[in-house]
Amino acid sequence: MILVNQIIQGILLGGYYALIACGLSFMFGVMRIINLAHGALAILAAYGLFVLADTYEISPFLALIVVLPAMAAIGWLLQRGILERSARGGVLTPILSTFGLAIVIENLLFQRFGADTRSLAPFVDTLSYDSWSLTEDIGVGKLAALILLAAVVELGGLQLLLQHTQIGCAIRATAEDADTAGLVGVDARFVKGVATAIAMVTVGVAGAALALRATFDPYAGPMQLIFAFEATVIGGAGSLWGTLIGGIILGVAQSLGAQVSPQGFFLAGHGVFLAIILIRVFASEGALQARFAALTRRSS
Amino acid sequence: MSALQVDNLVARHGLLQAVRGVSFRMEKGETLALVGANGAGKTTLLRAIAGAHPLHSGRVFLDGADLGAARAHERTRRGVALVPEGRRLFAGMSVEDNLRLAGGVGRSGLWTIDTVLETFPNLKARRKALAASLSGGEQQAAAIGRALMTNPEVLLLDEVSLGLSPVAVERVYSSLETLMRSGVTIVLVEQDLNRALRVASRVICMLEGRFVAEGKASEMTREEITAAYFGLNRAAPAGVSP
Repeated sequence: MILVNQIIQGILLGGYYALIACGLSFMFGVMRIINLAHGALAILAAYGLFVLADTYEISPFLALIVVLPAMAAIGWLLQRGILERSARGGVLTPILSTFGLAIVIENLLFQRFGADTRSLAPFVDTLSYDSWSLTEDIGVGKLAALILLAAVVELGGLQLLLQHTQIGCAIRATAEDADTAGLVGVDARFVKGVATAIAMVTVGVAGAALALRATFDPYAGPMQLIFAFEATVIGGAGSLWGTLIGGIILGVAQSLGAQVSPQGFFLAGHGVFLAIILIRVFASEGALQARFAALTRRSS
Repeated sequence: MSALQVDNLVARHGLLQAVRGVSFRMEKGETLALVGANGAGKTTLLRAIAGAHPLHSGRVFLDGADLGAARAHERTRRGVALVPEGRRLFAGMSVEDNLRLAGGVGRSGLWTIDTVLETFPNLKARRKALAASLSGGEQQAAAIGRALMTNPEVLLLDEVSLGLSPVAVERVYSSLETLMRSGVTIVLVEQDLNRALRVASRVICMLEGRFVAEGKASEMTREEITAAYFGLNRAAPAGVSP
């Protein structure tokens, strides 16, 4: 029964990882950019919600109405001001510039808020620790279930947007071939701005989830980035539903690892991540070898 | 007023001048065939007109209006559509999505998904299929259909028969005849001289970035164009830009 409980908790935790990985996966899928400021931006959103809740006593859920559009605006400016310019310098430049941006955000937050850890849990009554008891040994946290639901809705919404709207079509076209998209009337600059704005909205939601379920401080971003990166890679970079599956695999691995030993939480997550990377490398090598063997047979 | 006017257009690939100061005018509904060997500058000229390649100097006018530094998407919205070499469909999208995306430019006119599918009946059964799964002929039809969905005034067609089977080429060209009757101004880059002479009202031959022969298709002989094609008549005819 303990094992079942750990798997359920892992799936719920995976919902959070999917939520935090969603924006990273979306940006990689659309613009082929690995945004190393992803975690820091999520923390920035968390602080935005914290300030509104702490200073103006606004419920964190209501505060999202303010923070999410602000994150969208930050996304637009990020694309126009940093990513677009740095992308002209090659593949590595956006990675370096977002790394620099992460350092700037972290230090500005430290300057403003200090090193104290914060959380939004005190502002949502008992939601952060309320749960439904399925059996005597198995409970499902209400907040964790809400976060998993948010991840499914967010990923499903993005999928619908990409498949069934004109802007979604334009985003897919720009992701595939920005030059040709221009030839059918798509303004690739505008579309990339919109895509980054959408990605930052998802980052804002992830920041809210983090702040509701745990504590955060100005330097909490890198760890969130690692989890997001692992979930994205496990699920297949750029694949939205793959991100959910990747998040769940990571969450279940960590949850089961924690059952073995306290350090097992991180070790098991990283272990699964490395194992999947190795499997991919060997699988692609195997596929290459098979193709080479087929070609050799044909030519002889 | 000319439907399309190109004045002294120069386009470069780095230090190499791919198009060297060419000029021409086209009337509405005219079909111009642009012929020449590989590397003559035909594709670069078309891409420069469409805004997909930067102009080094020169000007492009559409219905008398200078397109200036308008980027590719702005030119498409103003009525210039390019069917690029190699089709370049969005492979991960369905035929219908490829068409619908182009229809989003907001220009009204004859072309809708239904009229495109009527013109290219081989696409009807494949409208939900991924572009990547289409045959070469179907892909070319979809690429032309996608350009038509922008309801262009000027349609630039780059090597529409390249890599297609003879049957597919016939099918594409019979559809093009429908387009020509619809009054669209067409610039057609074509390697097949016989076909170019058959469908176009005017022919321009390019060599090393310059126009080396120009005339009405009905008045030019295959031999005359072939000589220009290989640079055997270096003296440019009257009316052709140096």
